[in-house]
Amino acid sequence: MTQAVTNKTGQQAPQPKLIKQAAPASELTPLMRVQDAVVKYGFVAVTVLLFVYFAATEPAFATSDSLFAMLKYASVTAILGLGMTFSMVVGGMDMSIGSQAGLAVQMAAMTMVFYNMNGTTAGLVVVGVGILVGLVNAFLIVYCKIPDLLATLAMMFVIQGVKLIPVDGQSVSAGMVLRDGSVAPGKFTSTFLLLDRGTLGPVPLPVVIMLVLALVSWFFLSRTKWGRLMYAVGANPEAARLSGVRVGFYRGLAYVLTSTFASVGGLILVSRIGQGDVNAGSSSLLEAVAVALVGTSVLGAGKANAWGTLLGALLVGIVLTGLTMKGFQYYYQDTAKGLVLLVALVFSYTMSRKKVRYTPAT
Amino acid sequence: MTSEHAKPRYALELRGIEKSFGANQVLKGVTLALEPGCVTALLGANGAGKSTLIKILAGVYERGAGEILVSGEPVEITSPLSAAHNGIQTVHQRIDESIVPGLTVAENLLFEELVQGGLPPIGSLRKLLPKARATAETLNLSWSDSKLLSDAFELGIADAQLLVLARALVKAPKVLVLDEPTSTLSQAEAERLFGLIEKMRDQGVAILYVSHHLSEIQSLADRLVVLRDGQIKDRQSAPLDMGKAVRSMLGEQVAVEVEQLNQLQGSKVAVQLRGVQLLKRSEPIDVDLNYGEVTGVVGLLGAGKSELARGIFGVDPFRSGTMTLDGKPYAPQRAGDGVRRRIYLVPENRAAEAMLPGWNLSSTVTLPFMNRITRLGMTNFGAERKLAREVIENFNVVTTGPDQVVDALSGGNQQKVVVGRWMSGDPKIILMDEPFRGVDIGARHDLSGKARDAAAAGACVVVLSSDIEEIREVADRILVIVEGHITLDSRASEVDADLIMTSMSEVASR
Repeated sequence: MTQAVTNKTGQQAPQPKLIKQAAPASELTPLMRVQDAVVKYGFVAVTVLLFVYFAATEPAFATSDSLFAMLKYASVTAILGLGMTFSMVVGGMDMSIGSQAGLAVQMAAMTMVFYNMNGTTAGLVVVGVGILVGLVNAFLIVYCKIPDLLATLAMMFVIQGVKLIPVDGQSVSAGMVLRDGSVAPGKFTSTFLLLDRGTLGPVPLPVVIMLVLALVSWFFLSRTKWGRLMYAVGANPEAARLSGVRVGFYRGLAYVLTSTFASVGGLILVSRIGQGDVNAGSSSLLEAVAVALVGTSVLGAGKANAWGTLLGALLVGIVLTGLTMKGFQYYYQDTAKGLVLLVALVFSYTMSRKKVRYTPAT
Repeated sequence: MTSEHAKPRYALELRGIEKSFGANQVLKGVTLALEPGCVTALLGANGAGKSTLIKILAGVYERGAGEILVSGEPVEITSPLSAAHNGIQTVHQRIDESIVPGLTVAENLLFEELVQGGLPPIGSLRKLLPKARATAETLNLSWSDSKLLSDAFELGIADAQLLVLARALVKAPKVLVLDEPTSTLSQAEAERLFGLIEKMRDQGVAILYVSHHLSEIQSLADRLVVLRDGQIKDRQSAPLDMGKAVRSMLGEQVAVEVEQLNQLQGSKVAVQLRGVQLLKRSEPIDVDLNYGEVTGVVGLLGAGKSELARGIFGVDPFRSGTMTLDGKPYAPQRAGDGVRRRIYLVPENRAAEAMLPGWNLSSTVTLPFMNRITRLGMTNFGAERKLAREVIENFNVVTTGPDQVVDALSGGNQQKVVVGRWMSGDPKIILMDEPFRGVDIGARHDLSGKARDAAAAGACVVVLSSDIEEIREVADRILVIVEGHITLDSRASEVDADLIMTSMSEVASR
C-alpha cells in the first residue's frame, strides 16, 4: 500500500536502483557467469560431493540400510520443509512450524494414551488440530495484519506453553500415572507405530509419504491455479490484487497448508519415538527453514519450490548421517545445520542476482 | 563578505544546477533565485526534475554541477544538516516520514537538538517542556503540556504538519521549501496553513512552494517558475497567467495537429456516476461513460484521474456517491468484482502495480484469467501458451517468446503485455491509467490503435493521462479534470489543444 501512496503523490525521483537490474545475458562478465553457476549448481554439487566423500571414507555409509535410514531421517525434515515452502511461496514464513510438530506429537500421544483411542483417530485429531492452528495463524496474519514472522513467533511460544498444561509438563507415555492417581488406560497402537516402522517393499513408509507429499506439493504449486495464484501473491501482492486475486485468501491458505504438513511431520515423528516427548519438534524449525531456503537457490529457481526443498532435505540428511558415522557429537550437527542455513542465505541474498523476497509488502 | 548596506537581493540563488543519475540527466542547468519575503511557486509535470531539485536543496542528493548561493555567499550543501546550517529548511511531502512515532510531541519538536546532542542525554521529559513550548510558539501553537507529552503518533495529520513546520521555523530559516504541503489536508486545515505561509512571508522568509494545485498557487504565490525537462521554462511575477504556466509545463504540444480520427460516438451508457467525490477536498461530480467510444480523461497529477479509474474498477471504492453499471446499482469492493464483470484496469504504475518480478510472459498474461486455462484447477499449459502467443501477435510484442521474463522487455513491450492481457479478456470496460508512460512512440501508437479497436467493437474505453497530445491521439470524447472536478466535457472533434489547456488551468473559485 505504501508503494501505491508514494506513486500517487507522483514525486518519482529517478531511481538509481534501476541501474542495478540484472544485465542481459550478453553483458555478463565471466565472474558473473561463475557466480550464477555457483548459485545454480552449488547445492547439487555439494550434495553429490559430500555423498561421494562419505561413501568413500565410511564403508557403512553407502549400504542400502544406511541410505534408507538416512532417507527416513530426512523424511520429517522434508515434510516440514515442504510445509514451510507454502508460506515462503506467498512471501512469508512460519516460525511456529516446529512447535506445531511438537503439538502434533503430544496430541497423538494423548489421544491414544489418555483416551485409549486408536491410531486412525489420533491421526485425524492431529491433522484437525493442525488445520485449526493454521487458521489461527492465517487470522493473525491476514485479518489482524500482524507481520508473519512476529505472529508465528508469538504462536510458537503459545503452542509450546499451552501443550504442557494438560500434561503438567510431563512427557506422555503408556502406563503413566494421571492427575487423579489412576494409570493411563491406553498405549500407542501397533498400527500407529507402523507409520514409522512399516515399509512398502523395501522402502520405509515415511520415505513413501515424503515422496508422495513432495509430488503433491509440486503438482499443487506448479500445475494448478491455486499454486500459481499463491506465487503471484508472493511475487507482487499489489499486482496480484489488481489482477483480481484474493490476496488474503491465498496467504491464509498457505499458512493452513504449512500447518497441515507440520502435523503430518509430527505424526511420523511421534510414531518414531513412541511417546509424547515434550521436547519433540524443537529442532524442526531450523531444519525446515534451512531446507526450504536451500530449495529456493537449487538450480536457480529463485523461488521456494517442492523439489528444491526435497533436495535440501536430502543434503541435510547426508550431512547429518555422515557426521554421525564419523563419530561427531550432536552439537556438531546443530552447527552443521546452522551452516547449511547460512550458506543458503548467502546464496539467496548475497550471490543470487535474482531478487528473492520472503517478506511480503504489507 | 556582504556589508550591512548592500544587503544581497536574493535569499537563495541556484546557478546552472545539473544532476545526473547514471546516463540519465535529470537537471540540465537550473537557474533560479528566491527573494526574501516572497512566495515562489514551482510547477512541473511528473519527471520534470522537481523532486531531484528539492532533494538537492534539502541535502539529500549532492548537486552535479553549478552553484548554490545563500544570501550571496556560495555554499556547499552536502547533507540535510549542512542545508539547515545554511538556513534552508525543507518540509517534505510525506509528513509521516518526518515524525518519529513513539516519541512525544515535545521530543519531536526538539528532535534535531536531541539528535545532535544539544540537550542532555538523560533527563526528565518535563525539562524539555520549556524549550518545546518555545518551539511551538513560533507558530503560536498553544499546545497544552499534556499534548506536548503525548505520543506524536496520536497527532492528526494537520497537527503533525504544524509540528514539522514549527520545527523548521524555529531555526529562523532564510529559505523554506514546502513540497506539496496540502496533499493530505482538508480545506480548513489548508486555509490555516496558507495563513501561516503568508505570515512567514511577511517576516521575510523566502518560500519555495511546490504544488500541483493551481488554485493554491494562484492565490498564494508572488512568483512562479515552471520546470520541464530539467530546466526552468517559464518565469512569471504576479499577476500569474496560469494558462501560460500549464502550457510551459506540458511543452510545445499545441503545435502538434493530431490526425483526424475516425470518430466513434457511443450512445449506450456503461457507467453512471452520481455525486462521486474523488479527492478529500473536492466537490461531488456526476459523469456518464459510454460504450463504443474512447473517453480521454486529461488532468494534471493529483487531479483525481487515478481515483476515478480505481473507483470504477473497484480497487479503491469512492469516498461518496453512487455508481450504476448498465443501469443497475454497482458498488464493487475489490478488483475481483471488476474483473468478473470484464471491467479491467491498466494501473498507473506499471512496475509496482502490474509487474511480477521474475515472471514470464505467459504467466503474466494469464494471471487474471486462470479460470480460462485451467480445468478443475489444473493448468493447461498448451492453452496458456496459445493465449500468450495471441497477445504477442496481436500487439507485436518484441520478445523471444512466451517463456521470456517480462522484466527483460523494454518499457513499451512490457506495457503491451499488460494491456494485451486485458484486451484478450474481451473487455466490457477498460480503464487505462497513464498507459503511455515510459512507452516509446511506436508502442504508443500500437496501444492507441488497440484501444480504438476495442471501442469500435463496443467496449467502453477510458484513457487517463496528463498528456494532452496522447489523449487527442486516442479519444473521441475528452473530459478535463482539475482538482477533482470536471472543467470540460466535449467531443474531441470540437475542441483544440488550446481549449483543453485553458480548461486544465481553470481554477476553482475559492
